[in-house]
Amino acid sequence: MIAMNVEPTTLQLLWFCLIALLWIGFLVLEGFDYGVAMLIPVLGRNDKERRVLINTIGPVWDGNEVWLLTAGGATFAAFPGWYATLFSGLYLPLFLILIALIVRGLAFEYRAKRPEQAWKDRWDWGAAIGSFVVSLVLGIGFSNFVKGMPVQVADGRQGVHVFTGGFWSLFSPFALLGGVVLVVLFLFHGAIFLALKTRGDIHERAKAFALKVGLGAIGGGGVWLLWSNLAYGTGLPGWILMLVAAAGLVFAWLMVKREADGWAFIGTAVSIVVIAIGIFLRMFPDLGFDNSAAETPLNIVTASATPLTLTIMTWAAGVFVPIVLGYQAWSYWVFRRRLSVANIPDEAKEAEPVG
Amino acid sequence: MDQVTLARWQFGITTVYHWFFVPITLALGFIVAIFQTLWYRTRDDKYLRLTKFYGKLFLINFAMGVVTGIVQEFQFGMNWSEYSRFVGDIFGAPLAFEALLAFFLESTFLGLWIFGWDRLPQRLHLMCIWLAAIGTNLSAIFILAANSFMQNPQGAIYNPVTDRAEMADFGAVLTNPVLLWSLPHTLLASWLTAAALVAAVSGWHLAKLNRAGVPDVAEAKAAAAAEAVEASTAAQPAKKTDNSVAAHRFAATFAAIAMMVSGVGLLITGDEAGKIMTQVQPMKMAAAEALWETAGGDGSGAPFSIFTIGTLDGSRPILQIEIPNLLSFLATGTWDGKVQGINELQEAYSQGQLVDPSNKLQQAYAEHMRAWGVETHTPIIPVTYWSFRLMIGLGMAAIGVALLLLWFLRKGGLPPNTKWWTWLMVLMPLGPLFANSFGWIFTEMGRQPWLVTGVLPTMAGVSPGVTVLELWITLIGYTLVYGALAVVEVGLMLKYIRLGLPQVEPVTQITDENDVLSFAY
Repeated sequence: MIAMNVEPTTLQLLWFCLIALLWIGFLVLEGFDYGVAMLIPVLGRNDKERRVLINTIGPVWDGNEVWLLTAGGATFAAFPGWYATLFSGLYLPLFLILIALIVRGLAFEYRAKRPEQAWKDRWDWGAAIGSFVVSLVLGIGFSNFVKGMPVQVADGRQGVHVFTGGFWSLFSPFALLGGVVLVVLFLFHGAIFLALKTRGDIHERAKAFALKVGLGAIGGGGVWLLWSNLAYGTGLPGWILMLVAAAGLVFAWLMVKREADGWAFIGTAVSIVVIAIGIFLRMFPDLGFDNSAAETPLNIVTASATPLTLTIMTWAAGVFVPIVLGYQAWSYWVFRRRLSVANIPDEAKEAEPVG
Repeated sequence: MDQVTLARWQFGITTVYHWFFVPITLALGFIVAIFQTLWYRTRDDKYLRLTKFYGKLFLINFAMGVVTGIVQEFQFGMNWSEYSRFVGDIFGAPLAFEALLAFFLESTFLGLWIFGWDRLPQRLHLMCIWLAAIGTNLSAIFILAANSFMQNPQGAIYNPVTDRAEMADFGAVLTNPVLLWSLPHTLLASWLTAAALVAAVSGWHLAKLNRAGVPDVAEAKAAAAAEAVEASTAAQPAKKTDNSVAAHRFAATFAAIAMMVSGVGLLITGDEAGKIMTQVQPMKMAAAEALWETAGGDGSGAPFSIFTIGTLDGSRPILQIEIPNLLSFLATGTWDGKVQGINELQEAYSQGQLVDPSNKLQQAYAEHMRAWGVETHTPIIPVTYWSFRLMIGLGMAAIGVALLLLWFLRKGGLPPNTKWWTWLMVLMPLGPLFANSFGWIFTEMGRQPWLVTGVLPTMAGVSPGVTVLELWITLIGYTLVYGALAVVEVGLMLKYIRLGLPQVEPVTQITDENDVLSFAY
């Protein structure tokens, strides 16, 4: 990419960082619940075991997903140009994500609403496949941000940018690897979360799975990080972040082995945070777009909202982000207990329907 | 079909569908919170049974609202990217606020409420359902603020350098007169809808509890009296008579009264909203009435048409029932006020007159707006005319049924256990539900040809990079998925409605790590 002389204001920088923060919140939090959901059919051998898995994330997954929605809303408000070009450019991938989110969201709420095993199995697979699709598409998406999505000014409309790469250009080998890596990374993160939140058989199985998939995450993640630094590097900071990210994964793996589930979870969480920071560093200041063919660039300055809007939003974020963090943390505290099959109630016999 | 038409159909389908779940969620959350509060205060377990029963229906419905809501937030950028870019500086902030203030609150505290029965002290647990309900209603404020800007774009200016609308006064965006009346109107419509659901479900159960299909008022009276005695002697756990009748009676009465109150509120707020609409969107008012020629203002008043048989194209209708002078009053507040007709407005607009000449954004963007070359300034008249009438008529019809329900419930009576009553109870919640849909269809289609009234034409807002094929794929995809989910959702709702009030047991707090949870997915 051409190094443009971009001089963002403090507010623009702040909002770029805040959007990165919202994505990080989403990736760390919903990352594990995607992982857990993908593991429902894999680790849950009977209905009660599957219910243990689901109940580890039951009270919190919806709150986790809001981080994604807030990232989307904040992008719309703070960088309308970014939101407009990105969401219309990634049209079909976003459609896939939406359908997958619909299915997995309903799965948790609806699976227990009928006694038939076939009904439950269907929703379990819906949750697993839905989570898999979202992870895969997001991994591909973020890899494309790292590469830079080519944009051009739409005919005769200064300031209106369109993505010119086309649908199939999104599936480069680098991007496909990114998709697979994110799936594997979330599986690792999710298995560790399960190990942390369960007791008994499930706990052991989650650990064993984490040790296996962890090797894949370390290997695949390492290759992707190396590739992105060699081909789309950001210099020394990028290399340092890569080392920290890799160290986090290795640390997590070692901690799983030593029965230190909490530390292992911190390991994958730190690794995800650092990888995301690296990606957003790379997306500065062109927001993940490749402007080399555009007459005027689409970047943190040209895509931005006005100082007035950014100021209003800053006040709102300053007041409410800490409050949100406070009550979300509290809800994790309330549901801090580990679960096992012993905690799962038997299904009540249903009453006779009226009428 | 071209891109604009497809994008509009998609928005229409996904939004109307989403709005089947939203109004129920908005008010049912509060209704459940009220039931739980009554239980907390009185310890009468009929309220706890109602809380759990309607809580379950609330959650089945809420889940659909959540997942279809994500599509709403994303499709502005996907299908309407030029609109998003053009108004994002104003329109984006309410959406971000909605996520930050409303979504986090409702999702986190609903999670705590669902799973927290045995982990939180009862008072704190009760607070969770209230906060979740408040969260869902905060959403309405922000969404309606965003929508009101589209109806009446105040608080913004046009910046020719960035070629977009920009925020000038956030206070003006939040005090938009359209918002001030559409917000209570929408929230009251939600109350009417959710209360109609509760009234219908409990009203139907009461009919089923009406012994053996024979309306035996004496027996029901005796049962009601027995329950009243039991409730007053503070429910001993040992003797447990079934209090289903008392519970449903309370819910049905409460809901039917809530419907009356919201009905009155809807008339008042709708009337005020109509007057604002006449000022800022006179064409929409004329289109609501299929009023082709300007009427009133010359000593006579414009009549309000109740219904018309005919073509609504300005030619003489076959049959029309009208109330003299009422339209003048609804639109202007005086019985002989002048109401501009479609023809006069169309003529003025095609000569370049602004929709609201005092609107700053419309003034500043006027030249660009004219350059888009909008020719027809008239929405589809049969759609606006009939959706407006269906909105009012379906809402009022439901209130009529609620009156009938109250009539049956008077002096300890029960509704008849008959087929026609069952059908009436099926139809009662559908009335306000579809009234909501028609209200939105009216207000959104009545705004046409504008995306932002008097500023950005609808055709100018679509995504420049999206193809017709992509739109077809997503349109078909959403329609199929939404269709399948509708079957699942309605099936679950009916199943849980028929299962009736659950038996409840006292909830104990978890202390040991092997304690069985009182609730788990």
